[in-house]
Amino acid sequence: MNLLRELLENLRQFVATIGATTLFLGRVLGQVPQALLRPGLIIDQIHNAGALSLVIIMTCGLFVGAVLGLQGYDLLQRFGSEDALGTAAALALVKELGPVVTALLFAGRAGTALASEIGLMRATDQLTAMEMMAVDPIRRVVAPRFLGGVIAMPLLTVIFIAVGIFGVQVVGVQMFGVDSASFWSQMRASVGVDDVTEGIVKGCVFGFACSLVAVYEGYTAIPTAEGVGRATTRTVVTSAVLTLILDYMLTALML
Amino acid sequence: MAPTQPEIPGTPATDNLVEIRDVHYSVGNRPIFSGLTLSIPRGRITAVMGPSGTGKTTLLRLMTGQIRPDRGQILFDGLDVATLSRKELYELRLRMGMLFQNGALLTDTDVFENVAFPLREHTDLPDNLIRNIVLTKLQAVGLRGAAELMPSELSGGMARRVALARAMATDPEILIYDEPFTGLDPISMGMIVRLVRQMNYALGITSIVVSHDVEELSILADTSYIIAGGKVAAAGTFVELKDHNSEIVNQFMHGLADGPVAFHYPAPDYYEQLLTDKE
Amino acid sequence: MRSSRAVEVSTGLFVLLGFAALFFLVTQITDRELTIAGGSYEVQAQFENVGSLKPGAAVSMSGVTVGRVDSITYDQQIYKAVVKLRINSAYNRIPTDSDAAIMTSGLLGGQYIGITAGGAEEFLKNGDRIELVQDAFVLENLINQLFASFAGKPAGQQPAAEESKQ
Repeated sequence: MNLLRELLENLRQFVATIGATTLFLGRVLGQVPQALLRPGLIIDQIHNAGALSLVIIMTCGLFVGAVLGLQGYDLLQRFGSEDALGTAAALALVKELGPVVTALLFAGRAGTALASEIGLMRATDQLTAMEMMAVDPIRRVVAPRFLGGVIAMPLLTVIFIAVGIFGVQVVGVQMFGVDSASFWSQMRASVGVDDVTEGIVKGCVFGFACSLVAVYEGYTAIPTAEGVGRATTRTVVTSAVLTLILDYMLTALML
Repeated sequence: MAPTQPEIPGTPATDNLVEIRDVHYSVGNRPIFSGLTLSIPRGRITAVMGPSGTGKTTLLRLMTGQIRPDRGQILFDGLDVATLSRKELYELRLRMGMLFQNGALLTDTDVFENVAFPLREHTDLPDNLIRNIVLTKLQAVGLRGAAELMPSELSGGMARRVALARAMATDPEILIYDEPFTGLDPISMGMIVRLVRQMNYALGITSIVVSHDVEELSILADTSYIIAGGKVAAAGTFVELKDHNSEIVNQFMHGLADGPVAFHYPAPDYYEQLLTDKE
Repeated sequence: MRSSRAVEVSTGLFVLLGFAALFFLVTQITDRELTIAGGSYEVQAQFENVGSLKPGAAVSMSGVTVGRVDSITYDQQIYKAVVKLRINSAYNRIPTDSDAAIMTSGLLGGQYIGITAGGAEEFLKNGDRIELVQDAFVLENLINQLFASFAGKPAGQQPAAEESKQ
């Protein structure tokens, strides 16, 4: 009986959180027009979320591409279709691995930074102080960070994919000796603009979701050191799960 | 050490800027205030004291409209704070300056920008005018030379002074200090005391100081309230409070270890617990 | 608020890098003709069975892509699939008696249209129809042919049957 009550309680909390997040999103979006009047703030946040994540994104992109090259070559070799390495790897990167892995890395690096920054401001009364000075902290602190994340994510995704393909090429052509011409030509023949579009759309949607989760968790964090820590953890977990669920939905939709 | 009360010409001494009438407020099942009534006279420094946990900070949040009372009224200059819309509340807050317990400076900008913050957000003043105002406020708190420093580079006392400069930036009618003396060394404390008094009388504004620092407040306060048990336990000048006949007031004012606020946390009988442990 | 010069520069570089990557992706790894530049003309072909041919599939002659499949629709009057092909204007010497077949590319590949040139003196123009077509390979038909040949049907089927038996 207790277990059931606990489950119901968890369910109720879950539904309440969804509602709270949606309302929060409404508030944030409502402040976006005003926040756009301070481009300096937004540029700072794009730098925070995007430029500072470049190193990790590019490194991981390179290695993911390289692994794809290794595995892909090994697999295709059994069918005698090594030439299709370019196609297979490019499609995997563009449509799935690029957006999803970028989103997960983004959640880990930029998402936690966002959540902990805002959470810390909450814990040290900075947000309350702003409200006392009649400045809406959503407009001044949250909206620019949200926009920064939303703008940075698709860009990071594209960079990840590009570097990844380079990684595939290094392994496939340089290491295994797949013919460079057929590598690229097969890729060109099979990958269409709609595939790239699919990847970018996913990047945008994931960026939206992960940024929202990060700023929400930071803003609603319990104002203690422990609370901020937990908010940061929840950001990563929720972002990851949400990304994968959205990935399924988007893939099914766009197929 | 009786507080000096200079007569401010033209200010009626009985006019109250803030009035709290029969306020009740609970968090969940726990009542914080049950019938709290007090008045903050205009142009004076009023102290609000009480043992830890009596809700002094909650009172400030009620006064500034951050939370709403379950019952009762909170009037600021005649306006019922609880009935204001968000926009009106923001306008009201422009007339108030608040100093938080740990300063609450924005950690990502330097001292100058912190003080300039309310000016930049709410006014269209040109940069050079803002610069003059900021430097003037910083000069008043003695930190004009620290304008380029970041909040992380300031000591506790300096951070609080910068926060005071920031609270003063828009020339508010009332300054609210939330535990301004906590955690300061005697020198910094002396600076803050001097500033609180100077700001109040030089600028003709009203001040509320929430604290439990009996020593410091005895120098500063014109009127004092002691809150205990969700109500006002005592009110008056410091001299009156020191000789008050209420037990809790007495315990508080003289710093007695035991009294209405008990030394021992409720526990079962001592001997019984010791004996039953010796199995 | 003011952001420092360094932050602005690095953000600018980041955004530029993003767009460069996007440009790279779109131009280097996708089929070059996003739209057929330099003009194109349309011809159609009617098939009994288009198999798994899809719009956007390649149209090639001698293995070289000369156009794209624009659309595939079913015509209820003639009970056939109508496939519209968009051919690059540069290839305007396709004889009117050419043959359009639905082929499969590689082991795992998708289907495309291969045009084999005929010998006529006139060439296809916009709106023309390719008369000679070969439908997509349908497994069931081959199996039926096989069984029919085992059952001793007319000779026309037999060579195919003998080859498949081996």
